Amino acid sequence: MAEPQSPLGANFVPGNHGNAAAGIGVTLRERKGLSVIQVTAWRDAIPAMLTAIGSATGLALQNKPGLGRVAGEKSVFGFAPGRYFVVSATPDLETRLRSVISPELGTIIDLTHGRTVIRVSGPRSEWVLSKLFAIDFSEHAFPIGSGRATLHHDIHANIQRIDDESFDLYVFRTFARSFWLTLGHAAEEVGYRVE
Amino acid sequence: MIIKCPYCGPRDVIEFIYQGDATRTRPEPASDDRAAWNAYVYDRTNPSGSHSEYWLHSGGCRQHLLVTRDVSTHAISSVVFARDAAVSAKSGELA
Repeated sequence: MAEPQSPLGANFVPGNHGNAAAGIGVTLRERKGLSVIQVTAWRDAIPAMLTAIGSATGLALQNKPGLGRVAGEKSVFGFAPGRYFVVSATPDLETRLRSVISPELGTIIDLTHGRTVIRVSGPRSEWVLSKLFAIDFSEHAFPIGSGRATLHHDIHANIQRIDDESFDLYVFRTFARSFWLTLGHAAEEVGYRVE
Repeated sequence: MIIKCPYCGPRDVIEFIYQGDATRTRPEPASDDRAAWNAYVYDRTNPSGSHSEYWLHSGGCRQHLLVTRDVSTHAISSVVFARDAAVSAKSGELA
């Protein structure tokens, strides 16, 4: 299969940027080679859908707003009632989900080629992201594994907290380069590294 | 103004789109009562104080919400999913 092109293109410049002399506040990476699948449960099938996602991925969730889990390259999180992102580095993720999710449970949409995934990590990640999104990034309000849907101006973003200082941002592929530049500007103050 | 979405929690109004007055009742689709349709489409009571209205959380969970808001103070007294409100209204009719 053809290798997907990153939409970040020439704007992905590895190395240290901004006020890096004072230390690296955040590190920005593009996560590649992922399958990104949106799963939507019918209104009455949410508990059964969560069981099915658990059996396909090993990541079982409770039915509560914004809950999610992370295990290595795999992650699952909710961002709306009955709607989940299921992400894995295995190319057969969609096939595995389809084998356990019947049309009676809900629908599956492969977003792999529609989203760009940016990982923001480092001690100043909460600070930098708070400049862009009007949500609370502190760990008590945004626990590890959980997901949020919000926007930066008109660019939608699904955000999952990976650990105490890392977040994955899922943005529309066609807006990814613009968002990447904005993210770099926001991170200049604290110094950032692109890997 | 901050609207407390039942799924996403408190979010700035910039994430929401106003979807109009929630107190209107749509006439039966087969109705040819022109006055009723005219009232549904155009007539608004423009109250001061508490008002029931639909908002779409377009920048978040993309759910339609039924918001009770005081239009003179912007104080919000209730936010529920519009579909839950519609289901309970319908079951009230059936009961």
